[in-house]
Amino acid sequence: MTRKFDVVVIGAGPAGMSAAIGMRELGLGVLVVDEQPAPGGQIWRAVEAVAPTPTGAILGNEYRAGTELVARFRGCGAVYEPQTQVWNIEPTWRVFLKRDGQVEAVRADQVVLATGAQERPAPFPGWTLPGVLTVGAAQILLKTSSQVPSQPVWVVGCGPLPLLYMAQLLRAGGRIAGWIDTSPPGGWRRALPWAGAALADLKEIGKGLKWLYEIRSAGVRRVRGATALRALGEGRLEALEYVQSDGKSVRVQASVLLSHEGIVPSIHITQASGCKHSWSKQQSCLSPDLDDWGQTTESGIYVAGDGAGIGGAKAACVRGEIVALGIGMRAGRLTAEAASARKKKLREKLDSLLRLRPMLDALYPPRASILAPSNDTIVCRCEELTAGDIRKAAAIALPGPNQLKAFTRAGMGPCQGRQCGYTVANIIAAEQKLSVATVGYFRIRPPLKPLTLGELASLNIDEDKS
Amino acid sequence: MSFEYDVIVAGGGMVGAAIGYGLAGMNRRVLMLDGADTDFRAAKANFGLIWAHGKGFGHPAYQRMSLQAVKDWPQFALELEAESGMELAYERNGGLNFCLSDYEFNARTYHIARWHAQTPELAASTQMLDRAELNRRFPSLRLGKEVAGASFGELDGHANPLRVLAAMHKAFLQRGGTLRSNQAVKAIHKLPGGGFEVMAGTFRARAERVVIAAGLGSSALGPMVGLDVPLRPQRGQILVTERLAPLLPVPASGLRQTGEGTVMIGVTQEDVGFDLATTAEGAARMVRKALRIIPDLAKAKLIRQWSCLRVMTPDGNPVYAKSISHPGADIALCHSGVTLASFHAGAYAKALVDGVLPASLEIFHHGRFNVQKTA
Amino acid sequence: MGVSMFRRLPESPTATLTLFIDGKPVAAAEGESVAAVLLRQEALASRTTPVLGTPRAPYCMMGVCFDCLAVIDGVASTQSCLVTVQEGMQVERQYGRRSVTA
Repeated sequence: MTRKFDVVVIGAGPAGMSAAIGMRELGLGVLVVDEQPAPGGQIWRAVEAVAPTPTGAILGNEYRAGTELVARFRGCGAVYEPQTQVWNIEPTWRVFLKRDGQVEAVRADQVVLATGAQERPAPFPGWTLPGVLTVGAAQILLKTSSQVPSQPVWVVGCGPLPLLYMAQLLRAGGRIAGWIDTSPPGGWRRALPWAGAALADLKEIGKGLKWLYEIRSAGVRRVRGATALRALGEGRLEALEYVQSDGKSVRVQASVLLSHEGIVPSIHITQASGCKHSWSKQQSCLSPDLDDWGQTTESGIYVAGDGAGIGGAKAACVRGEIVALGIGMRAGRLTAEAASARKKKLREKLDSLLRLRPMLDALYPPRASILAPSNDTIVCRCEELTAGDIRKAAAIALPGPNQLKAFTRAGMGPCQGRQCGYTVANIIAAEQKLSVATVGYFRIRPPLKPLTLGELASLNIDEDKS
Repeated sequence: MSFEYDVIVAGGGMVGAAIGYGLAGMNRRVLMLDGADTDFRAAKANFGLIWAHGKGFGHPAYQRMSLQAVKDWPQFALELEAESGMELAYERNGGLNFCLSDYEFNARTYHIARWHAQTPELAASTQMLDRAELNRRFPSLRLGKEVAGASFGELDGHANPLRVLAAMHKAFLQRGGTLRSNQAVKAIHKLPGGGFEVMAGTFRARAERVVIAAGLGSSALGPMVGLDVPLRPQRGQILVTERLAPLLPVPASGLRQTGEGTVMIGVTQEDVGFDLATTAEGAARMVRKALRIIPDLAKAKLIRQWSCLRVMTPDGNPVYAKSISHPGADIALCHSGVTLASFHAGAYAKALVDGVLPASLEIFHHGRFNVQKTA
Repeated sequence: MGVSMFRRLPESPTATLTLFIDGKPVAAAEGESVAAVLLRQEALASRTTPVLGTPRAPYCMMGVCFDCLAVIDGVASTQSCLVTVQEGMQVERQYGRRSVTA
């Protein structure tokens, strides 16, 4: 018998949990699936277990604040299934799940995608060496394993997350060999148009400044204006090379390097579902087109959280609440007037929470070299293709990303373009003198996550199709 | 009169690219116009088989064409690899079509015998291998217990279809051809003094001859030059796994291991109009069949499922035709573009240059359908 | 060679269990991922690619890079960053193209 729900929520982070709570309050039947073993998404990863521990104290209050929402989520009556992956969604709507070697298709009237974001792919020479990880990965290791780099670590990148992580790492007794701050010079000038927003949100600014202060006080070596970064080593990271702003080439020992050039919405499922996306010049990435309720251009599919546009945990919660209203209204649990009134307030709250974003985007744009990596830089990690390989193919008969994929295999590996889609689009744009927005993106197809052929063969689809 | 090009080929897929490559190799000035990145592009779902066995049942001319094409493929591959500098991962070690019961095996035996009988002048190219013989010839193959045997086409083989297409594009350019992507042909006009003008968006070009090889797009273009060929889309869904250690020594119908190690599983045949959606149901069905043949594949991870639309004529056989009302316009349509690439780049391109189709090709005129234009 | 990339904080929760990496017993803490444990090992690469046999190790820790693939309890190509450690779990590094017949 096929299980059926009013709504399936994919992702149990701040947005997914908030949406579930809101929809449960309206009496809807909700299934929440998530591939992690516990709720919290990435920002509040393992928060139930870790908040009361010394590691929780190191991570800080914003992290520990997640326990409150997680507790409310646990008690809201949603069916919650962790360690469950979604590998396909078909209209309207069948959500295909995989857990523990078993597959299942559940029916839902509406679907909420709350799959969050990922770090922007930041290719540079040597980034595939064992020992190079994202800053987000290091923070996840701290959260879920109380684990830190054993040797002094190099951090390369910019943005709020590296600042937070470095502060946390220092509190934990970790050591930082150096921080290559890749934010382009003139940041405060770029940020000036949003100075008003900053003044109105001093608390948030204060947080970032506090982390910076912690980092400075610890004497962390901060390198600005470095170029030509290369990670070097035989079979593992051994050294980092860069050119200083004065032109001098430097080589330093490194065993772990953490990279970060911003966060981008996870668009894998929205792309696969045929939702329309638009290019955000401000955030240098695609995000799904959404109406006021968070609904995509595919009727019945909603996006809540960072997947709608990077905004952080609080904004994600508000987006989740708005989606709950929209879905509740559509399901007849709420009048349009009541829903709109509440939505208005929430949107105002969302706007104020997002006020700082343009300033952050202006302060911390991705460094140019990751958009135009050198020819010897691996761009498609899965298929081990370099930027040079892509450029060669991009010059023959001006292919788009899908033709280029067919000719080079870029995007055909297990990650299905998650780590190379933007880089390929950027390279094509540069080679063919087009804007990235017009170049397009890989066509994303199921399975959204790999499953075995045996699992697929065991799928029982009942004949009830609508 | 003098035009910028001798021939404009509308379509740069498996058929258009092969024709363009062939024509450019015969000193023709060729312009190939290809569509947009996300156009239908049947060439993105070629399985990669270079196959004759079983083709053209009830249509000996197509059978002969397929057999000749696979015989010409080794030379075609050699030349294309040499010119393009690209490896095609072409192998010709035969191809299998598995039978999953004694009944199926007997039925196939009979079918293949009748197939051979269509072309008595040709040596038999396909044998029936029972289970014991299969085990003997392919000792590394761990077959499911239902496998009763297979038909084995000695002349069959496979290649990387995407590389074949890329190589043909590259070699075409090296031979002096001009290729424009994102310029799907929208209109073709006969010029008063002879020749044609072709419009692709804002781009225009003129040539003495035009060849329509635009797959399903040919439905719109053909009538502009008096070549009204009924076509319908037939969806085929395909699956591909992660890269695996060597597992399948030869390709099979619906199951082959690529040069990279991935295993391709296919293919559905669905009449759903112009719908490129994939279905979990279709995937499950294809996989269940594949697992009956190679149960070990149950452990492999599925990486991607996709679909394309086959270019289907009413009888499934190719159409090659010259226009009467618009002399100088030709059309070429098929759904076996990889197998026939050697033909399209070779004998067919030559026939185009000669200006006259041999009798063996006249049979492929769409007049055989004897129907009005279908929507 | 010889130095592991990551270490656990001394004050971290200790409910330990034992799993096996390429047959070698290794201590792990309840609730952590297999990828985290792999990153503590002296042999840094946790797999080699099926394309060129290049050594790789976990990179994103959140399931979007597929560089953490390992054989876990006999199941190959498993994203080890999404698997929670269990007592007695058998983890093997995955080298090159995995076989389905072995």
